[in-house]
Amino acid sequence: MDKSDFVVKMENINKTFPGVQALSSVNLKIKRGEIHGLVGENGAGKSTLLKILMGVLQKDQGSGDIFLNGKKVNITNPIVAENHGLSAVYQHMMLAKELTVGENIFLGQQPTKHGMVDWKRMFKETRKILKNLNLNNIDPRARVDDLTIVQQEMVAIARALSRNAKIIIFDEPTALLAEEETKELHKTMLDLKEKNVSIIYVNHRLDEVFEVCDRVTVLRDGSYIDTKNVKNVTEDEIINMMVGRELGQLYYKEEFEKGEVLLKVENLNSGNRVKNASFTLREGEILGFFGLVGAGRTELVRTIFGADRIDSGKIEIKNKTINLRAPINAINKGVGLIPEDRQTQGLALPLSVQDNCTLVSSKYSSKYGILNNRAEAKLTEQNIKDLDIKTPSRYQQVKYLSGGNQQKVVIAKWLNIHANILLFDESTVGIDIGAKKEIYRLMASLLAEKKGIIFISSYLPELLGVCDRIAVISEGKITGILDRNEATQEKLLQLATV
Amino acid sequence: MNNTVAEKFNIKNIIKKNFSKATLFIVLFVMWGALTFLSPYFLTYNNIFNLVRQTAVIAVVAAGMTFVIISAGIDLSVGSIVGVSGVIVSLLMVNGVPIFLAVLLTLLITASMGLVSGIFIYEGNVPPFIATLGMMSVARGIALMLSGGQIITGLPASFIQFAQLELVGLPVLFVVLIVVAIISHFILTRTRFGRSIYTIGSSDEVARLSGINMRLNYYAIYMLNAFLSGVAGIMLTSRLSSGIPTSGLSYELDAIAAVVIGGASLSGAEGTIIGTVIGAFIMATLRNGGNLLGVDPFWLRIATGILIVVAVLFDQIRKK
Repeated sequence: MDKSDFVVKMENINKTFPGVQALSSVNLKIKRGEIHGLVGENGAGKSTLLKILMGVLQKDQGSGDIFLNGKKVNITNPIVAENHGLSAVYQHMMLAKELTVGENIFLGQQPTKHGMVDWKRMFKETRKILKNLNLNNIDPRARVDDLTIVQQEMVAIARALSRNAKIIIFDEPTALLAEEETKELHKTMLDLKEKNVSIIYVNHRLDEVFEVCDRVTVLRDGSYIDTKNVKNVTEDEIINMMVGRELGQLYYKEEFEKGEVLLKVENLNSGNRVKNASFTLREGEILGFFGLVGAGRTELVRTIFGADRIDSGKIEIKNKTINLRAPINAINKGVGLIPEDRQTQGLALPLSVQDNCTLVSSKYSSKYGILNNRAEAKLTEQNIKDLDIKTPSRYQQVKYLSGGNQQKVVIAKWLNIHANILLFDESTVGIDIGAKKEIYRLMASLLAEKKGIIFISSYLPELLGVCDRIAVISEGKITGILDRNEATQEKLLQLATV
Repeated sequence: MNNTVAEKFNIKNIIKKNFSKATLFIVLFVMWGALTFLSPYFLTYNNIFNLVRQTAVIAVVAAGMTFVIISAGIDLSVGSIVGVSGVIVSLLMVNGVPIFLAVLLTLLITASMGLVSGIFIYEGNVPPFIATLGMMSVARGIALMLSGGQIITGLPASFIQFAQLELVGLPVLFVVLIVVAIISHFILTRTRFGRSIYTIGSSDEVARLSGINMRLNYYAIYMLNAFLSGVAGIMLTSRLSSGIPTSGLSYELDAIAAVVIGGASLSGAEGTIIGTVIGAFIMATLRNGGNLLGVDPFWLRIATGILIVVAVLFDQIRKK
């Protein structure tokens, strides 16, 4: 009886990709009705392991076994996984955004009457499912795109449940959520646990893992490290297991002398998400932007970068008013954007590390429009070394790098043009602690070179840990700019919900 | 047990292990080898030169199409532009414009037709498929209108002889192709413009946020493509010794086929000029060989269709 209490048992799983051993002898055992944390740095193999469980990837032939409810299974594709009661809520959600909540929940298995979709029944059933999850505020007929992110995740959960999911994987579901929403999600997870559903929870924020998980499994560099009962272990111990070394203090902060005003924004307006924004950024300063998701932080930095249209207002860089019509105008003045979503905005995924690192700087190294391959190769090798980018070579397509290494490539792109105003938009989301720390250190070294940084984050400890000042944005307006030593979580949250 | 047997004979694994880009070359040489063996006529001066001349025209169109497809676009108007180009260059020459000037003007006009497509695509956000579908019809209409639907003859002798010329022992049309291919390859691999095309092909947003001038690039891509179609139209006119308003019909499909056989992806950011040129030769060889062996031309069409799909299928399996 004890054995079959493990609803999932993955043993000695190996997975090799061309040139990379992604997993070697990895184990994962999930009990019935537990919330099981799966943690590790980027590239540790979490996603690969879960993709194998979901049938998206196949483990290496002949390596290890997967047991579900004590029975050995062969999960050859996602449909097999679903039939076994496995379901996943991904970081980038797989919902059809143009369709309604009901259609999404019943996608592929719509109730029918005389061979036609029985809409009435579909929406009725949807309402029932949502009610079961205490989600009465979601309209079954609402378009998914019109919902908030947390509501969309709830829809994904509802879909999983409607398919009798007994094991649900949550892959970084809180990455884009504000604190309140995270709480909401955690509550739903605990409800599911009551219903004997098992949950695998991938999350880079360990405090959140500790809040809801029963046990936690740690992976490092594609290897299984250990599984611990959350009660018998501390966050620091887990971090040490993840990185394999003492990490010291996470947030890295050095004080630098603040120099000249680099960037001055006055009464900037753009669309309905940037309203009368005014602030300054000095040399050697990190200005944080805090706010709830959708408050307009991203829009504000995009406007400064020339990616969104300016309706009115003034932007000065080094005391000179600049006329922004396209990103290139900002780039020419030394502004760099590390965008919110590196996969769709920061990187040319099918292209090589070198192509990406020199995407912007090639303009300066090339002559008469002809690329200077030698200079680019040298620069890229330097980036790989300086930023410790883990890649087999500079020719590797960036889509094969882990999240943290991808982010480093995006940053390298701007370092290579010596950008002096860097806009980091949620750039530590989905990145492991080791890589985060490297990015904080990198930011510090940039400040030492008299550059200025704008740092958007939804994660308060991080903002308080690294910023000099924090501007809070609510519904498109800057509701306050607090100094590091006067800012507290409470004050910031209060300003964010004005 | 079952597993291991299945693995051994798993066609996917066989393809994965054995097929690479070099495969295209091998396929072409195997085809040539087999045809030499099967038909005494294949490896004759006349046939090879004919094959090469035919292929040169379509391969130049396909080279232009390669730029468009790498940028994740498509251009259906190239066949019509080949037709327009032939008609315009013929009319100019027949009306006494010197050859050199006639060619220059023709290329200018065809390139500007590409610019028009580019403007609609970039400024108007019209999908490339639609914008160029429209241009396909407009350009063909212009070709028919200007020529009154008639074949234009009486071209200068030196223009007609051009296609028959040889340079260093090679048909001059083939030499034109080689020059076009080398320049195109250089642009794609060694210039910022080429890098921008691949970047745009992987994501418009990434390209824009990296400071790439999208307007300029979109214009340039579709202009370059139409320009090369213009070149192909002039080559074809010289070869046919007359301006034919319906020439170049369905070249867009042959060009797209050559590009994808050559390993490019319609979703962008992938593709090479070398692949495209080989792709064009594989298609032409199939037709040429089929004719020589007396294969029913209807069957030949079916075979061409299968070839296109199988080539892409293999490429997909290889990438997985």
